[in-house]
Amino acid sequence: MAEGKKYVTPKLDELEKGPWPSFVKEIKAAAQKSPMAAALLGQLEQSYDEKIGHWKHGGIVGVVGYGGGVIGRYSDLGDKYPEVAHFHTIRINQPAGWFYTTEALRGLCDIWEEHGSGLTNMHGSTGDIIFLGTTTDQLEKVFSKLTALGFDLGGSGSDVRTPSCCNGMARCEWACYDTMKVCYNLTMAFQDEIHRPAFPYKFKMKMAGCPNDCVAAIARADLSIIGTWKDEIQQDDEMIKKFADEGLDIQRQIVSRCPTRCMDWDGKKLTINNENCVKCMFCINSMPRALAPGKERGAMVLLGAKAPIVQGAQLSSVLIPFIDLEDEESWNDLKQLLENIWEVWCEEGKNRERVGEFALRVGFGNFLEAIGLEPRPEMVAYPRDNPYVFYQTAKKE
Amino acid sequence: MAEMTVEQLADAMYEMIKEAKGMKKYKATDLQKAMAERFGADKQTCKQAIRLLMDSGRCIYTYFGGSYIEIPPDQPPAP
Repeated sequence: MAEGKKYVTPKLDELEKGPWPSFVKEIKAAAQKSPMAAALLGQLEQSYDEKIGHWKHGGIVGVVGYGGGVIGRYSDLGDKYPEVAHFHTIRINQPAGWFYTTEALRGLCDIWEEHGSGLTNMHGSTGDIIFLGTTTDQLEKVFSKLTALGFDLGGSGSDVRTPSCCNGMARCEWACYDTMKVCYNLTMAFQDEIHRPAFPYKFKMKMAGCPNDCVAAIARADLSIIGTWKDEIQQDDEMIKKFADEGLDIQRQIVSRCPTRCMDWDGKKLTINNENCVKCMFCINSMPRALAPGKERGAMVLLGAKAPIVQGAQLSSVLIPFIDLEDEESWNDLKQLLENIWEVWCEEGKNRERVGEFALRVGFGNFLEAIGLEPRPEMVAYPRDNPYVFYQTAKKE
Repeated sequence: MAEMTVEQLADAMYEMIKEAKGMKKYKATDLQKAMAERFGADKQTCKQAIRLLMDSGRCIYTYFGGSYIEIPPDQPPAP
């Protein structure tokens, strides 16, 4: 590919200074070979000058048969920067846990250098592999080469977005269930829903192996599956003593920071009232090897998180307090639950209304009844902060 | 009411989209609801009909703040 026109970019140059990684540096490197990347620098500098974005998005772009995976992007300065007049984004379904062979990565980069700007985002906030910048006529060619390499497009628009998970049991000792297996199975089970938008709005699924929630499922996913345990925190008293001997102030730094005050330290022995533990992971993260999640592990299924778009941000609420996800029955239960949720939401949801907003609008009790779930105490969103419970002393007759 | 085939449902959906062209955009759920109301069609058959419309190129998905099903334009859209 030929080198593109060079633009003077004093504002962007400022972003190259400092010890941190710079996207400007990477775009400049790509511009050595890609005229698209060079023009992108020009348009971006102009945007910084004018404090105005120059991208339009949406419209009619995609590959035959698919409704998701390609996000149409056009420049409103197409005459000035013709190389980026069309600058579509492609979302590619990432492997669960983001594990690649170098061969696969080279294959992806080769495709994109041939048919696009060469710029990638590994990975986008959706979890997908993001290819940034190509023209409409290149889309089918890219898709064809991606499928030959074993990749498929991800979700976009009003569909099931590409399911995403932490790398769970592959690398993390805290993982309470096999996130990558669940992510893969959900992706394969709902291919139609990923590629053919049929919902009122987007539907995101994220799987976190433990309550640390490294994929931020509780804040961002319409359906969050977060690892948890039923029994007691595993405790190695020898290791706890070693932490104390090495200078960790267990009373001040661990016990007094427990959100439910369910721990006690007498200077020698740590006692945990597990019934009161809300599984915040603070003590476990602070004393690895001394404390660990219990042995009876599984996951909690939550519904309704979203970032602010049409309405404000929302955190998830519990739907299923504990599910094993190892046996066929619980797996079928989860799939049936999803079908039920989609059925009700598609029937009654408004256009661009996320499922969490819908549940809030109709009332969580009504929503539970419609999807066939019995209400349980664990579903109360703020169990220790209910402002509608008042205690009054009994009046004497 | 006689059961509709996937092809017949696809034709009915196509007509609905064609009649509304330029006035209203339909989402997949709008089409499913309309077919269920008019012909008692089930969700699965509706999905197959939409897939048929897409794979044959008679309809395309578009995105304008949400995903819609439309008849492709005669000319590619201007950037």
